[in-house]
Amino acid sequence: MSKPILKIENVSKQYRLGYVGTGTLTHDLNRWWHRIQGKEDPYLKLGSVNDRSTKATENYVWALQDINFEVQQGEVLGIIGKNGAGKSTLLKILSRVTTPTTGIIKSRGRIASLLEVGTGFNPELTGRENIYLNGTILGMTKKEVDAKIDEIIEFSGCEMYIDTPTKRYSSGMTVRLAFAVAAHLEPEILVVDEVLAVGDAEFQKKAIGKMQEISRGGGRTVLFVSHNMASIQNLCTRVMLLYNGTIDKIGTTDEVINYYLKGFRNKDIKKDLSERKDRKGSGKLKFLKFWFENHENQEIGILQSGMTAKMVLKILNTSSEELSNIRISVGIDDSNASRITLFSNDLTNQPITFSSNEESIVKIKIPSVPFQAGSFHFTLFCSIQEVISDWILNAGTFDVEHGDFFKSGRIVEVNQGNFLVPHEFNK
Amino acid sequence: MTPQQEEPWLYEISSKRKLIDLNLKEIWRYRDLLLMFVKRDITAAYKQTVLGPLWFVIQPLFTSVIFTLVFNNIANISTGVVPSFLFNLTGITAWSFFSFTLNTTSSTFKANAGMFGKVYFPRFVVPMSKVLSQLFRFGIQCCILAGFYVYYVAFENIPLQPGLYLLLFPVFVLLLIVYGLGLGMIISTFTTKYRDVSILLGFAMQLLMYISAVPYPISALQEKASEYAWIVDYNPLAQIIEGFRYCLFATDNLYFSWIGLSWVGALGILLLFIGLILFNRTEKTFIDTV
Repeated sequence: MSKPILKIENVSKQYRLGYVGTGTLTHDLNRWWHRIQGKEDPYLKLGSVNDRSTKATENYVWALQDINFEVQQGEVLGIIGKNGAGKSTLLKILSRVTTPTTGIIKSRGRIASLLEVGTGFNPELTGRENIYLNGTILGMTKKEVDAKIDEIIEFSGCEMYIDTPTKRYSSGMTVRLAFAVAAHLEPEILVVDEVLAVGDAEFQKKAIGKMQEISRGGGRTVLFVSHNMASIQNLCTRVMLLYNGTIDKIGTTDEVINYYLKGFRNKDIKKDLSERKDRKGSGKLKFLKFWFENHENQEIGILQSGMTAKMVLKILNTSSEELSNIRISVGIDDSNASRITLFSNDLTNQPITFSSNEESIVKIKIPSVPFQAGSFHFTLFCSIQEVISDWILNAGTFDVEHGDFFKSGRIVEVNQGNFLVPHEFNK
Repeated sequence: MTPQQEEPWLYEISSKRKLIDLNLKEIWRYRDLLLMFVKRDITAAYKQTVLGPLWFVIQPLFTSVIFTLVFNNIANISTGVVPSFLFNLTGITAWSFFSFTLNTTSSTFKANAGMFGKVYFPRFVVPMSKVLSQLFRFGIQCCILAGFYVYYVAFENIPLQPGLYLLLFPVFVLLLIVYGLGLGMIISTFTTKYRDVSILLGFAMQLLMYISAVPYPISALQEKASEYAWIVDYNPLAQIIEGFRYCLFATDNLYFSWIGLSWVGALGILLLFIGLILFNRTEKTFIDTV
């Protein structure tokens, strides 16, 4: 059994909501008064759960609550979760930028973050001077920078301008130089935050490539934060899923990602459509519910490119007659509200009938989900003998995560469209 | 695997904190960063200027000329044997060392919020670097001061010479640092939450200079407005500025007492400790409130 290099015990972090204004002084004084008397901080008992979408009931919020985990030497731990789940707060605490409100973190190595590029850059200093300044800020000694300066300059590709003040640099050059410094750090524990990747598309690609290379390089302990399920699957040995500031699940990569995709915590799942008022049509047939299932007929909340998925519709026949010559279609729009594709039994030429007053389930199988990672809207439509029966525009949204669509382990960049087409090359 | 065999942790991050948590070993590890900050402060300040480091001396010289004109020629404040210009230059050199130290350390958190929000290094490195770069500046200004001193004695035959009290010179420099750093750190912790403080600081420093015996000897105030003399008597800064001049000139119209020096010193150490405690508490969480 190897020993943990990093141990997090009962870590919580509380933030104050709203403006830090006149109220702070009274709270500060109250807190101070309690401390003098040797009592506990009165505001620690308060605090809402970190759920962005609901209205806060208190002035304090727990960005992280009771986080416990260990990281072993040489492990690549993935950290996933939606925006606001507490990933950044956790990283901030781990990199010692802020302290936890309660709990303790024990570490056997220095922690450095790869994407804190350009911290402390001074525009008046030359590129070379800034390499030294930035390097020492990130925890290198002057000797270490001395040993690597040529390598850094070469990686940055700014050799010509290295003795020019950085204020004359283009923004791209500044980022390249800064990243070159960060990429040559050698801490015991490296925090890689892909979510924060900056710069133009080309640079992002280079930066992410470098980050993945470092994460893959054996022996290094890495904490890898990403929204990209496919790169998490590629790189991580273990994954932690954060949800509203708590650890929802921690375990092997497959285990956690499957759990995440099932999306039990996703509120949008099982869209109840029966209460929707913004619908058109005669109402003879009525959409009641919509959800997704995987190939094992288990309900899932999030899709992954390349997986086998089923769209499931629960439809009610409100009339007391048997209905035939029915057309059911599901239109998919991208986040810019432009239609990208249509699923319809009219196209596949599969007639469907409904018996009287019956609730039935219709499943549409997609053998390999062709959508790129992102958010999509869907519109539901059904007609009986070309008469509109039920039509819900923008019935809901669903999320797609990166996946191994081409079964090649390769991922398509986000800016390469939102649709994937199976293809092969021949020569 | 018994707990005894476990290797010690390199460090722990916890919500609990010691009153003063000055990890000198860690600061030593970051000594290169300290020097880098000092270098940056000194070189970046006067990059792309023609006169460059000459600006270090122009500011006190011009201020001294104006002070001499206003306070000594118009307001007729006597500076005794000491030539008015030399008298003012001395006071201004000491005062500007103090006020620059205070100003730059008090903006530690506000000016570096971006950097502090991203990477960890011992935060105390920043105020330390400010003190060192101000000390460098002060050193250059002292050379100019020494030059004028020699000029007045050698060419104008002014009967001036430092006595044994010159040995106290480093003590006064240390006191200026202790007060500048101590007060600066105290103020820096308040500016993170309450921005009012930094607005206040600008003009407070200006007013403070006038009641800190910079443009006049304490004896002149006692003579002309003795009912207000307490303001200066109980002002530790006035005591330091006057003492600074005394150790250089040792003339009769300047005031010095060992008792004064001891309470000023004790108060300074107290301020420095309060400053360290507050700084320590703020450095850990200020990023949430800044």
